[in-house]
Amino acid sequence: MTSITEPPAESFRLSQLIYDTRYRSMTIQVVAFALILFAIYWLGRNIVANLEDLGKDFDFGFLTSRAGYDINQRLIEYSNESTHGRAALVGILNTLLVAVLGCALATVLGVIAGVLRLSRNWIVARLMTVYVEGFRNIPLLLWIILIFAVMTEATPRPADFRGDEPAASMIVGDSIAVTNRGIYIPNVLFTRSLGGNEVLPAADGGAAAVSPAASSLDWLLFIAVVVAGFFGARAIGRWATATQEATGIRPPGTFWMRVAVIILPAAIVLVALGATLDLPHLRGFNFTGGIHLRNSLIALWLALSLYTGAFIAEIVRAGILSVSNGQTEAAFALGMRPNWTMNLVILPQAMRVIIPPLISHYLNLTKNSSLAIAVGYMDVRSTLGGITINQTGRELEGMLLLGLFYLVTSLIISGVMNMYNNSVKLKER
Amino acid sequence: MSDTHAQSVQFVRDTMIPEQDAPITEKGAVKWVRENLFSSWLNAILTIVSILVVYWVLAHILPWMLGGIWVAESLTQCREIRDASGIGYDVACWAVISDRWHQLLFGFYPSGLYWRPILTLIVFGAAIAPILFSGVSRKMLLFSIAAPFLAYWLLWGGSIWGPVAAALGFVIGWAIMTYGEGVLGALASIIAALVVPILYWLFVAGALAGVLQDFLPIGIENIRSDQFGGFMLALIIGVSGIVLSLPLGILLALGRQSDLFIINKCSVIFIEVIRGVPLIVWLFTASLLLNYFLPPEVSFDLMLRVIIMVTLFASAYIAEVVRGGLAALPRGQYEGADSLGLDYWQSMRLIILPQALKISIPGIVSTFIGLFKDTTLVVFIGLLDPIGLSNAIRADSDWNGIYWELFIFIGLCFFIFCFSMSRYSQWLERKLTTGHH
Repeated sequence: MTSITEPPAESFRLSQLIYDTRYRSMTIQVVAFALILFAIYWLGRNIVANLEDLGKDFDFGFLTSRAGYDINQRLIEYSNESTHGRAALVGILNTLLVAVLGCALATVLGVIAGVLRLSRNWIVARLMTVYVEGFRNIPLLLWIILIFAVMTEATPRPADFRGDEPAASMIVGDSIAVTNRGIYIPNVLFTRSLGGNEVLPAADGGAAAVSPAASSLDWLLFIAVVVAGFFGARAIGRWATATQEATGIRPPGTFWMRVAVIILPAAIVLVALGATLDLPHLRGFNFTGGIHLRNSLIALWLALSLYTGAFIAEIVRAGILSVSNGQTEAAFALGMRPNWTMNLVILPQAMRVIIPPLISHYLNLTKNSSLAIAVGYMDVRSTLGGITINQTGRELEGMLLLGLFYLVTSLIISGVMNMYNNSVKLKER
Repeated sequence: MSDTHAQSVQFVRDTMIPEQDAPITEKGAVKWVRENLFSSWLNAILTIVSILVVYWVLAHILPWMLGGIWVAESLTQCREIRDASGIGYDVACWAVISDRWHQLLFGFYPSGLYWRPILTLIVFGAAIAPILFSGVSRKMLLFSIAAPFLAYWLLWGGSIWGPVAAALGFVIGWAIMTYGEGVLGALASIIAALVVPILYWLFVAGALAGVLQDFLPIGIENIRSDQFGGFMLALIIGVSGIVLSLPLGILLALGRQSDLFIINKCSVIFIEVIRGVPLIVWLFTASLLLNYFLPPEVSFDLMLRVIIMVTLFASAYIAEVVRGGLAALPRGQYEGADSLGLDYWQSMRLIILPQALKISIPGIVSTFIGLFKDTTLVVFIGLLDPIGLSNAIRADSDWNGIYWELFIFIGLCFFIFCFSMSRYSQWLERKLTTGHH
């Protein structure tokens, strides 16, 4: 009696795979997956066939064999008896060195140029525009080569410092020598080193470039003490603020206490370790002593910083302009002074706009440091991706490791950036 | 009332007092200088320092540049001319640019055939005009489609039937797409439009070009890639990279925004891997490793490998820029497109992409500028771009020791290209603004 009509049986037809939106996405994905698998199989088969043709195998054993080449700038101990793996590590540290130095200087330059470009001073704003447009529109490679050429062609030879009336002289109280072989700056040596081996102040300069690794323990201790000092200073600041909020009176002299907490322990460590200043001086036809900053490092560093600085200037300018004028007016209406307005209202909002592209430019700078090849700076591409590959004939493995290094570096940096983005993004309700 | 009031007032001025001039310090140039250069102590110091810096730089550079020597055969001759003329200071030797002008522009392209790259440039200009400027007739777009094949033939030469046969593949695909729908049905025609041209290129095109060449030999002299150089090389790599990377980048961006898991993940991996590694490493990969990935019997021209690598590299960056544009569109646009009953490709083509691309113009153009600047990196794998040529020129004993003149010239050329690109993008942005600000 109750004739409930059966729903029509879901008969599955093959054409549904394509015309039915429920199944179509699945079809597309399966086809795509099959194509990708085939592509991977095809590439893999080609690689195997090609390696077989060349009589090579796929083996990372070369990393533990003797490198046999010298690296003129090293942050850790290395000689041509060391392994290829060690050489790669030296290169990685050199890449990171120039990247960190470059990021720091580029930020300073970029912030100054970006703020000055918004200046009401006509000539300053125009000058900064010329700087920004000039560096943004001319290839970085050209700047690196140009700055390197300036440093080698327009600076005096070490021999010019000789004689009673030298053609060139050292600057800053005879402590820094700018020559066409690089810049020599004073070094700090520890006579009572923790490492045990006492370093003689007049150590043979030779090929050693940036501070030798012997005193690394001393430096670690020094840095640890300074960092601890900063934390101490912050603790004092927090205590002072808490006292002020509780009693209404800020304890007197906290500023000097904070300065003392940073400086005194550090000074004590320096004295205890017997720190002496090792000034560069002429010996024979070259300078010895001090730290030798090579032209390759300086040219690369300056070019990367100036180039990235121009991009950062635009980011900073856009960030400041992105905060609407009403914010400034509202802050003034509350009776805030201009510097408070900047620190408490404009900058926190501008930072949200500035930081993500800023970090992506740090990333670009790190990747651009591979242009070190133009000036012969021994970064990871020149050691692992250059000489090691040429000597061992392991292109595939070498390039794979090189690519992995850069990839991991960028993934780490962009991961940090994403974490930061999530922490500062507007909380929407 | 009003009468009595009127009488009580003894004097009413019925004309305005003539306007007085503003004080001398508050008008004209003086006011401008006071406001813009010396508004405060800090500004005054900055102004004076800036003027000194500008003066110092110009005083060193201008005499050197303007007094430059334009006609000489070698650097030594330049110096002789300078010493003979009795100028006390160093002057530029621009003669290197006039002497090596053709080499800087064309590399080692045969000098009798310079008309070919020049004609290609004209073809390129005509092809790109309808894309860049809306005032140009739409019919020119047909020419724009044919232009890449024409440009290839003009630059590399050889038989005309090769490019024609290649172009025919696209025509076949287009014809199946347009006219096949009635015969084969919508889906089958799309699949056929993809598969038939590929089969055609793989198996028919080469033979067809050969047959046509035997039948009707039309061709011009063949030029090998290693004879290309100078700004021509930079422009070829840059322009092909730009033209090819935009569609690829848009596809990758759509893939990354897609709900389809596998497509999405593949796009993400591709984009992140490409972006995570410097271009120079990719270029070395192209020159050292590409042979490992291809069947042993296939070998690619180095320049073609570079173009492919540069294209893939730029497309990953474009994809991120376009993704930003897609993400910036309000959700309502997607929903509106869906509610009109448009399918995925229709809604993308008609609603989403026009708006998203408009938002992304600045980013896309700055990616293009970056790509064009990055073409200088090909010097490291042995292609003779302008910087590579400057090294080659310096290796010649005539011009050994010349640095600044070449670098300044190359820098200036790049500046002109890149700066005009960025100005164009600003103009386009203003033109496309539809908001009410």
